[in-house]
Amino acid sequence: MIRYLASRLVSLGLSLVVASLVIFCVVEVVPGDPAAYMLGLNAEPEAVAALRRELGLDGTLVERYLAWVGGMLTGDFGVSYTYRVPVAELVVARLGVSLPLTLYALALTILIAFPVGMLAAARRGRAPDYAVMGATQLGIAVPNFWFAMLLVLIFAIQLQWFSAGGFPGWEAGLWAGMKALTLPAVALALPQASILARVMRSAVIETLAQDYIRTARAKGLSHRQAVIGHAMRNALIPVMTIIGLQFSFLLAGAIIIENVFFLPGLGRLIFQGITQRDLIVVESVTMLLVFAVILVTFLVDLAYAVIDPRLRKRA
Amino acid sequence: MRWPVSFVFGAALSAVFVAAALVSFLWTPHDVETLNVAARMQGPSGAHWLGTDHLGRDILAMLMVGARTSIAVAVVAVGIGIVFGVPLGLLAAARRGSLVDEVVMRGNDLIFAFPSLVIAILITAVFGPSAVNAIIAIGIFNTPVFARVTRGAALSLWTLDYVKAARVAGKGTARISVEHILPNVANLLIVQGTIQFSLGILAEAALSYVGLGAQPPVPSWGRMLADSQTMISLAPHLAIFPGLAIVLTVLGLNLVGDGLRDVLDPRVRRAR
Repeated sequence: MIRYLASRLVSLGLSLVVASLVIFCVVEVVPGDPAAYMLGLNAEPEAVAALRRELGLDGTLVERYLAWVGGMLTGDFGVSYTYRVPVAELVVARLGVSLPLTLYALALTILIAFPVGMLAAARRGRAPDYAVMGATQLGIAVPNFWFAMLLVLIFAIQLQWFSAGGFPGWEAGLWAGMKALTLPAVALALPQASILARVMRSAVIETLAQDYIRTARAKGLSHRQAVIGHAMRNALIPVMTIIGLQFSFLLAGAIIIENVFFLPGLGRLIFQGITQRDLIVVESVTMLLVFAVILVTFLVDLAYAVIDPRLRKRA
Repeated sequence: MRWPVSFVFGAALSAVFVAAALVSFLWTPHDVETLNVAARMQGPSGAHWLGTDHLGRDILAMLMVGARTSIAVAVVAVGIGIVFGVPLGLLAAARRGSLVDEVVMRGNDLIFAFPSLVIAILITAVFGPSAVNAIIAIGIFNTPVFARVTRGAALSLWTLDYVKAARVAGKGTARISVEHILPNVANLLIVQGTIQFSLGILAEAALSYVGLGAQPPVPSWGRMLADSQTMISLAPHLAIFPGLAIVLTVLGLNLVGDGLRDVLDPRVRRAR
């Protein structure tokens, strides 16, 4: 187990180093000088040079990379060029929207996919199975931002049950906050739930064909007991892989959905950073998102080893 | 061999979509660049089958021309994935366990770990929003997918007798990879290509929706949706038709992909 953990940790570290290099290089080739951009077209060259120094843009590439990474390791993400506040402050504030939204959508995804996938597997080849397979095929094809627009049209404009966008802040209360995140979370969850339900179905079908299920049935367990007590647990390994991947899709998808609903999350922060040439914000927020995804992948790897001891030996 | 009904349905949907794009080169019901503000935001009618947009342009004509953008972006992005991913996968499988294999696979893991949409947004934002940059951004993420599929299938082929026989006959690794391995992984690549094609259409729509894909005046389904957003309560059809175009196209391609896999991959056929 320790060897497995060590190999995963090395891979985690390497991934983070390479990811930071890639992001830094991509952002550094961005055309235009942020200092010149901030001061406008008629700025004096001396003023631009002074601002470049102040923003730490006058060092060599290596110096700037090390300063950026070193800063992030100590929680210092730099100061936003446009907001003039520490990026860490902006990130923490925006994370208060993006993280609950992602987790809300993930919870919905699992709550929809598990029962639906198991139903389809248990009734394989019959009407419920066909209905689930047809509906999920459609769900996978729907772009989440379009689904979000339809939700707004129906539930915000026609029925007026929810607001069409915006976020009142958690200080308005848990209920108000959750209500504002409900349509975005549903829009994010639908395509992912469709994928997960299909994975769940095939995983359960595969485990149902195993000998130990036949043994369980022979020992007198009902079909339902065998599905819930034995098949579901073993089907969880492939399902967990997909859930881990889906966290990354939901986090990235939230960027687009936040734009549909005008939610002040990390996604909108990235877009604002891009349009305002606020490189440090773009760099740090992207790195943070990549870090979250790599970390989740790492945790899923560890969870496998806990569930399935055979995997520890293979590392 | 009987094709499943879902495959036939998917193939029909995909054919309509490709035909619409091809026909748009020769004919569209109205000119897509002609603005007619007097006739803006009209619902479906005899003159405009799917209505008009906020600038009075014919929505059907825009969808037809938009299909070209979607196809072009997705096809080239899949092409990038195949051109770079397949040789990498073949190489990794031929040199199994070597440094090359390790580098290719770890590089792939890394690209998989990246939230692809975030990086695509970063690339298009930094290099400027355009269809070409959208293609590159989507294509980069297709590369590891094809590399992995190719390597996985090629690994098992290298253990087969006819490959060993080719080796004994004096053929080199590169020649065996091209003459014996590649034709046998082609089926899988076709299936994966269909899936990546539909994902490419979704990705292009998402990038165009946030303004980082094809730029005006090139029509694109994603941007049609973005344009419709503020007018959705006044004219829902502005959002409904482009969205349906995306859904039906992606659905069609996915059904074709599933059907092809069932027919071309004997393992899936047996498992059903």
